Amino acid sequence: MVATPRLVADRQVRTTCPYCGVGCQMDLQIKDGTIYRVSAPFDVAPNYGNLCVKGRFGLDFTTHPRRLKTPLIRNGDGPGDFREASWDEALSLVTEKLSQIVRESGGDSIATYACAKATNEDNYVFQKWVRAVMKTNNVDHCARLCHAGSVTGLQLAIGSSAMSNSIAEMENLDTFIVTGSNTTETHPVISLFLKKAVRQNGAKLIVIDPRQIELTDFATLWLRQKPGTDVAVYQAMAHVIVTEKLYNQDFIRERTEDFEDYVESLESFTPEWAEEVSGVPADDIRAAARMYANAERAAFYWGMGISQSTHGTDNALSLTNLALMTGHVGKPGTGLNPLRGQNNVQGCSDSGGLPNVYTAYQRVDNAAVKAKFEAKWHTTLSPDPGLTVTEMVDGALTGQIRAMVIMGENPLMSEPNLAHAKHALEALDFIVCLDIFMNETGELADVILPTASFAEKDGTFTNSDRRVQRVRQALPAVGEARPDWQVVCDLAKRMEAALGVEESAGFDYNHPEDIWEEMREVTPDFFGITYERLEREGGVHWPCPSLDHPGTPYLFEEDFPRGKGKFWSLEYGTESELPDDEYPYNLTTGRVLFHWHGGTMTRRSKLEEAFPEPIVEMHPDDAHALGLVSGDWVEIESRRGSVVCRAMVTGRSPVGTVFLPFHFVEAAANVLTLDKVDPRAKIPDYKNAAVKMRKTEAPQRDGRDESLDKRGAIKEPTKYVH
Amino acid sequence: MPEADDNMITFTLDGEEITVPEGTTLLEAARMIGKEIPVICYHDATTANGLCRVCVVDVNGGRLLQPACIAECQHDSIVETRNERVERNRRTILEMLNSAVDLSQGEAIQEMMMDYGVDESRFPDAKRREHDIHDDNPFYVRDYNQCVLCWRCVQVCAEDAQYTFALTLGERGYDTHVATAFDIGMMDSPCVFCGQCIGVCPTGALKPKTEWGLEQGMSPDEIRQMTRIPRRRKENTE
Repeated sequence: MVATPRLVADRQVRTTCPYCGVGCQMDLQIKDGTIYRVSAPFDVAPNYGNLCVKGRFGLDFTTHPRRLKTPLIRNGDGPGDFREASWDEALSLVTEKLSQIVRESGGDSIATYACAKATNEDNYVFQKWVRAVMKTNNVDHCARLCHAGSVTGLQLAIGSSAMSNSIAEMENLDTFIVTGSNTTETHPVISLFLKKAVRQNGAKLIVIDPRQIELTDFATLWLRQKPGTDVAVYQAMAHVIVTEKLYNQDFIRERTEDFEDYVESLESFTPEWAEEVSGVPADDIRAAARMYANAERAAFYWGMGISQSTHGTDNALSLTNLALMTGHVGKPGTGLNPLRGQNNVQGCSDSGGLPNVYTAYQRVDNAAVKAKFEAKWHTTLSPDPGLTVTEMVDGALTGQIRAMVIMGENPLMSEPNLAHAKHALEALDFIVCLDIFMNETGELADVILPTASFAEKDGTFTNSDRRVQRVRQALPAVGEARPDWQVVCDLAKRMEAALGVEESAGFDYNHPEDIWEEMREVTPDFFGITYERLEREGGVHWPCPSLDHPGTPYLFEEDFPRGKGKFWSLEYGTESELPDDEYPYNLTTGRVLFHWHGGTMTRRSKLEEAFPEPIVEMHPDDAHALGLVSGDWVEIESRRGSVVCRAMVTGRSPVGTVFLPFHFVEAAANVLTLDKVDPRAKIPDYKNAAVKMRKTEAPQRDGRDESLDKRGAIKEPTKYVH
Repeated sequence: MPEADDNMITFTLDGEEITVPEGTTLLEAARMIGKEIPVICYHDATTANGLCRVCVVDVNGGRLLQPACIAECQHDSIVETRNERVERNRRTILEMLNSAVDLSQGEAIQEMMMDYGVDESRFPDAKRREHDIHDDNPFYVRDYNQCVLCWRCVQVCAEDAQYTFALTLGERGYDTHVATAFDIGMMDSPCVFCGQCIGVCPTGALKPKTEWGLEQGMSPDEIRQMTRIPRRRKENTE
């Protein structure tokens, strides 16, 4: 038997992966409008030929039959009661409603979500529309819900919140600390460079994480702290470094301030005290401190485990304190690296999708910056920072917010305490969503505008290590869907007309490149990056202030944006909701390899088959106490709600802690989570909620699939053999 | 004569004298001066194993030809990358490979076979290796009838990229084939479905299910419906 003739691609398009923040470069091979193979160029940063399952096999959501193809307008009160409409009718309705609200109660009564999945260009025109036409700074996005703790901490300590190093530098490191990041599942391709450094270059890896994640198999040292006790462990490491004088005296003198005060504040944070609080043996804390401090080149890599906490800012500060006292920042490879979870969450923030800053963190309350944007946009702008997403939801309940514009986000999966969030959104006068699929939030909308997926538009994404890379159109948009930037520009122009604006802020662009050109002009950090350059070089790391500037793979070589790095004395605070007799287990949430965020994309792709339903991971001891084995149904209840899903009994979770992925609407983890936020970063406490559990019957779900009851539908996390 | 620098090697490649850093392979040296040596098992992203021997070159007219992918350049040697002896060797290797494996989807190998004038009937009594097609996961299909045993997939699954170690080699000799440990299905193996193996496969042995389905004449909708999950089958057809 001879194989059939090989498929020949109609075309091949180089673009950037739409999933996590690594920003893998990929070549889409297309035949008759179907992406049939995704390959990665071997000679191109950041992924050098590697992809993960999501990028390689999970792009078929783009042609899923349920893509939104026409604008929809609410036609009745029930969820999902919509009728199809023309673009003109839908845009007119949105213009009329939003303009009316601006006239009646001002732009500050509108809240908007920019989009961490959309392009920089989409987000730039979006915030321009919000700021220049609606006259409000109420624009934020889901970065608030993931890295706000890191951003706030890093801003306080050094004045910049991006990853300080490029992925390519990982090869040169001799010591890594990975904490609060299940890197092999959430940033799989970055984890390959980590594994390589460990296995081929002999680098030391310290994993500090309550869960037995795959990386613990590669670790020299694994500190398994009790959930939420991160600050105790890091403060104790600092205590060791100070007591044993392992710090970098020169670096502290030349580049930092307030070290003496910090040293004084450390006195009570002994390793023995930390052992009592965190459960990590004091000697392991000492070993980790020595390994980190004595390393030639060391860096921190962290994820949501550090950030998503009511003391997320303190967590981040405790890491920066360590980096500053050892001088492990500002050299190739060394630094502080929050791993970004979404393809363009860095870019959305960079493009002004935040309530307090324009592009590249130019503050809205800085008079000179405001004047620059007013001149460029021919209008007046508000100097008052707007609301954060968590404040927007609260504002909807109090009536302060009357309408929401939501571009490609799904707050009714991503907000904490979903029952509360849903209640808030229901109280609004008007919701408009721009999206590629109907989702939980869309069902409450008044108008839904269908937009183009990443494969159907041009633009740029900025990955986790600040590398600006091109997104290129590979497929025609489905149905009548249009790129977000075009929809936003149309709405902005219509609103300017409705509000009687004499001189437009400028929304006539022919191509995303025109938008990027405008972004360059108003953003010194981007000025050296052009489409022509991206075409030639593949990607450029900002800051890049001039056309002959090579870009900046690592930051802070000479100084920090705030001048000197600042040590912050910290208090140890306990978690906002500790387990008690009634709710004896600690619930932590996160991601799995096969899914991404609210599942809007991955659950409409082949990925769904590998991981088709939610499971809660629990330790065998806990399962035994509840009379459960893997596959049994369990009800998980917190003070805010309850969900039902199946149990997976695994040593990955420590005793007393259960893990529930947040991708699944049928057991939405955020029904259970707590909407208490970090006072400075306003990030909710997703990693900590007290819950109780009991064995239960299978829920009567429509069309539930019995075949999944058989073993093998979801893989037990395997202990790999080396 | 070569300079005194101990770390540089000067030798003659196809009549041209060149100087390269010590440790440079003959394949790398040839590429430096723009000469292509054919390769099958070699890939820039994997560790060279010298398995397929199609890259052999003549060094000093020695009794054995040297695999350019792993042989290092030697002082004062005279290397010919394509002479009659080299051609005969490469042709025979390709003819033997072709007698055991379905190479029809390996474009680069097909070109090589044309280039070297392969006689497809050279080994009329040879037996083709035959395997069932492995379709045991939602993402990719394994057709080992087309496998040339270059090992690249096994290598990227291990220390050349993914460190997952899902793939190994089963059996010995003629029966050698790429396999999971104990031949368990991919869903039960440590495989994380990164597909790095597909990225380095030089033939059609590994391919995404979508590509395989289209080749079989299925429509995109039919491919979407190849699923174990009835609930989604329903939604997918709407």
